[in-house]
Amino acid sequence: MELVEAIILSVLAASTPLLIAATGELVTERAGVLNLGVEGMMIVGAACGFGGAWLSGSTIIGALCGIIAGALLSLIFAMMTLGLAVNQVASGLALTILGIGLSGLIGAGFVGERITPAPHLHIPGLTDIPLIGRILFGEDPFIYLSLALIVAVWWFLYRTRPGLVLRACGDNHVSAHALGYPVLRIRTFAVMFGGACAGLAGAYLPLAYTPFFIPGMTAGRGWIALALVVFASWLPGRLVIGAYLFGAVTILQLHAQGAGVGIPSQFMSALPYLATVIVLVLISRARTGGSTAPAALGTVFVPDR
Amino acid sequence: MQLVLEKRAERSNTIALVSPLIAIGLTIVTMSILFVILGKNPISALIVYFIDPLTDAYSLQEIAVKASPLVMIAIGLSLCYLANAWNIGAEGQFLIGAVAGSWLAVKTQGTDAGFWVLPAMLLLGAVAGALYALIPAICKVRFGASEILTSLMLVYVADLLLDYLVRGPWRDPAGFNFPTTAEFDPVATVPILVEGGRLHLGAIITLLIVAAAAVLLGRTIKGFEIRVVGAAPRAARFGGFNANQLILLTFAVSGALAGLAGIIEVAGPVGHLQPGISPGYGFTAIIVAFLGRLNPIGILIAGLFLALTFIGGEQAQIAMKIPLDVTKVFQGILLFYVLACDSLILYRFRLVFASRQVSSGTG
Amino acid sequence: MLNSAPDLHSTETPLLQTVGLTKRYGDFLANDRVDIEIWPRQIHALLGENGAGKSTLVKTIYGLIQPSEGEMLWQGKRMILSGPSEARSRGIGMVFQHFSLFDNLTVAENVALGLDGKETFKDMSARLEQVSNVYGLPLDPKREVWQLSVGERQRIEIVRALMQDPKFLILDEPTAVLTPQEADQLFIVLDRLKAEGRAILYISHKLEEVKRLCDTATILRLGKKVATCNPKAETASSLARMMVGTEIKEVRAGAERKITVPRLVVNDLSLEPDDPHGVRLQHISLELKGGEILGIAGVAGNGQDELFAALSGERLSQDPGTVVIEGVAAGHLSITQRRKLGAAFVPEERLGHGTAPRMKLSENALLTGHAASGMVQRGFINTTATLKTVDRATEAFDVRKAKRDPEAASLSGGNLQKFIVGREILRNPAVLVVSQPTWGVDAGAAAVIRQAVLDLAAAGAAVLVTSQDLDELAEITDRIAVMFHGRLSQPLATSEASREKLGLLMGGSSLDEREAAHAVGA
Repeated sequence: MELVEAIILSVLAASTPLLIAATGELVTERAGVLNLGVEGMMIVGAACGFGGAWLSGSTIIGALCGIIAGALLSLIFAMMTLGLAVNQVASGLALTILGIGLSGLIGAGFVGERITPAPHLHIPGLTDIPLIGRILFGEDPFIYLSLALIVAVWWFLYRTRPGLVLRACGDNHVSAHALGYPVLRIRTFAVMFGGACAGLAGAYLPLAYTPFFIPGMTAGRGWIALALVVFASWLPGRLVIGAYLFGAVTILQLHAQGAGVGIPSQFMSALPYLATVIVLVLISRARTGGSTAPAALGTVFVPDR
Repeated sequence: MQLVLEKRAERSNTIALVSPLIAIGLTIVTMSILFVILGKNPISALIVYFIDPLTDAYSLQEIAVKASPLVMIAIGLSLCYLANAWNIGAEGQFLIGAVAGSWLAVKTQGTDAGFWVLPAMLLLGAVAGALYALIPAICKVRFGASEILTSLMLVYVADLLLDYLVRGPWRDPAGFNFPTTAEFDPVATVPILVEGGRLHLGAIITLLIVAAAAVLLGRTIKGFEIRVVGAAPRAARFGGFNANQLILLTFAVSGALAGLAGIIEVAGPVGHLQPGISPGYGFTAIIVAFLGRLNPIGILIAGLFLALTFIGGEQAQIAMKIPLDVTKVFQGILLFYVLACDSLILYRFRLVFASRQVSSGTG
Repeated sequence: MLNSAPDLHSTETPLLQTVGLTKRYGDFLANDRVDIEIWPRQIHALLGENGAGKSTLVKTIYGLIQPSEGEMLWQGKRMILSGPSEARSRGIGMVFQHFSLFDNLTVAENVALGLDGKETFKDMSARLEQVSNVYGLPLDPKREVWQLSVGERQRIEIVRALMQDPKFLILDEPTAVLTPQEADQLFIVLDRLKAEGRAILYISHKLEEVKRLCDTATILRLGKKVATCNPKAETASSLARMMVGTEIKEVRAGAERKITVPRLVVNDLSLEPDDPHGVRLQHISLELKGGEILGIAGVAGNGQDELFAALSGERLSQDPGTVVIEGVAAGHLSITQRRKLGAAFVPEERLGHGTAPRMKLSENALLTGHAASGMVQRGFINTTATLKTVDRATEAFDVRKAKRDPEAASLSGGNLQKFIVGREILRNPAVLVVSQPTWGVDAGAAAVIRQAVLDLAAAGAAVLVTSQDLDELAEITDRIAVMFHGRLSQPLATSEASREKLGLLMGGSSLDEREAAHAVGA
């Protein structure tokens, strides 16, 4: 039972950065913008998050640093793709390349340092319930935050007027503009929300997952988050399932490596990436003909005046 | 005040030529600011970065050595990007090419195999790179899976495969447990062009590839096909061109070129297979492709320029203790500026000053 | 709710007045000092050729575009609009020609997006039902827009505008997408709106319609106002003269054409759509002989695009016999192979389908000419040959352009269409399939293109013309068939095809009887 509990706890922890980053990207893409720079924003979020926490000694300040860094980077992306009508795919790649360089520069001073990981929740009575207590009431706060976030995003997109307007921008920017909606401004907000989420997701890694910073520690999680949005068909509910499935794959291969199943560790480490490819193929095949992607996703819009 | 884009009636050819220069200028200004933040003298830093490497013969050769793989990969990527097929996994194809070619080098090690080994290694590298690149291309054409994400995922897989091989089956028994193969035999090594130097045959191969790409894109119907499929897919279909075939073709060609670059790098400057054979050539080549405006000659120039920053970055680290990551930041900023300046080719920028303020907002 | 009874004041000052309204794009004047007055209880026509500045003017009035100079007066007071939502709050409504709808949202969500969100979604839905009942414009609020016909989509736009209780409603080419019967129903609604005291600005190029419906007409040419008149006192040709500025060349049918052998035959063609929002083609058959021009009428979105793709070879059919070109079963052949058989195609969309917008004309000549002419030798492009095609098309079709070989996107709509049609006709095709040949083209270019089509048929080619413009089909075709829901009616001789008959077929009403007759016959 101990092992099962430990596995579930680690799956939740491994899934959380994926879920947070993918939630942000889902909002961005629902507004019609494809930001491929998630990996870059995450890794800068990780460096700034760790730096903030290390200098201040506070997890919250660390998390805020990550959020702000991600949002600022995404603002550059927004200025490029929305302000200057630059190709979104190329700009996203540029953002990733820039982010990887920046994180190395920022994090150079912190490599090798350790911080106190984010405290776990403890509610006397509830957390001590056997079996489920620690899983339901004894996690680090980010895990609850990520679930609250996805519920809030669902409510925003489907139950509020600004959410409807955002979805409208992602469906047809010409119509949205003709009705007088400030398409570029709305998309800028969506991109920055995505950036803030990616920054937070990146900060989660050194703040709660491993209490130190190493260059490249996101290890492709940003790209997997992008794949998750496709997997989820741009629906918030399915994003949760997808993120936890991927978290499970990651943790199970780690446990398999630990148990020494006789397969080279590199092959096990390749599993999450191969799983992403396979899932993308399966999900795309299941949808041949009908795509659920926002109709305006990735297209350039220049309003006439 | 607001920046407004106005579409030009026609693309501006003048700006198409100057825009990379403007981008480089803006990048240098931004870098100077960064150097000041890092507490370095920007003038001397820039000199170490951009001028010093041009002043000695060793560095000049080294620039050509570094530029070869960059240009070779970028030529392949430019074909993909022109056709609107987004191969961003060139790094993985580079590694797989290196692995496949090295297989032959490892297998023939210490035997009396003749001069055929190197050509066969190059062929293996190119074929393996092409096949590896075809995986995302087929997933795209057959199932509609995003080639961006799949090609990138396969970079991590290739990296892990290489890691496994040099730590496991191919490890040099006499290598003090370092993760590397033994040094390749002379027949498995790319010949040096200048006695005692580092410049190798790969540079010549790269120039031939640049020339071939220039002819392909500028003069042939295949090149036109690639350009029109990317620029106007529906019109291309109306013209009778098959976009799916082109995705397969451009991915295969770019994979082959990346794989070839990989095996040349291993059989040339490095001399054996080990992790970290690429300082991110596959990703830097993306920048080279865009900085060169997806034009073969432009890519050649851009490749030399980015190779210069690699060398300059190394020297700046030694001479001024400037972290190597500054080079990556530089490359990222450069790509942003290149893309932003490219926008000027299609649009005219105009600043609009809000002359009237009206109370109620829009929407 | 309909409380727009005009007070005394509003009958003395116009509801809307523009004074010297000017809109400049670089050196180009889209609107040049336009003065226009709109009064309550008035249906005011806005006439002009494509590119005359009608859209710019109404977009300015709706707040989408800021004027460069001049001003607007609303009920006598100066009005500056920050955007469409302010225009709506003042009582200006707009029905766009290219609808401003969201395909993947529901009808109710689409309507909500056009309102200012001051009521709950539930109240809004209730009001939507009420307004659509009052005006006889039924809508199912829960359906997504992509599932609806063009007529239903326009209904959403109109209901959405009416839900704001506008004093002033702008309609941009509302009947272009309707059957004649649907248009008649729209006119009833418009008359009712006028009787309620509202003003309407009505953009149309159908002059008979304007004469019948409108009280006043303002005519724009090259961005300037050239006249304001009473259309009922004018003739269609006098209105057209004011729009164009010169006499319009009549298209001449020429000497009688010799009907020869079948050149294009379609046998029981059925095809599933390749995108989920597309139309399924069902049992389409037709036979077209040399020297003949067959028209295909129908409301947009009834399978015309799918038929064009199936005929051109952009989509292939499993059964080679479904499309026969020059006696060769071609259903399985690619577009290039069909061109080699002597077929030529002109799609509806000029930019992005017929041409690559950002490529030069010579490259766009190569686009369709690479297979069948000397433009390509052993894989290499012969640029002399491609440029020669550009020059020949320029000369034969009077293509006006700034330099010898500009980008396609830099040409005006009419000139680009002349180039595209010229590019195909210069190849002397045996079969020409052309979709909406003069859509969005100025009258001069339209006359050139129609004449070219007639001349091509006179030279022995078979021509298939798809168009939503019944006047155009009446002018140049010998027979007309109608597409509805992916089926094609039996063709009628053009001389016998009245608007009423075609309108019924376009609405799909006589389809059942014909199917019954077909079943009995079989």
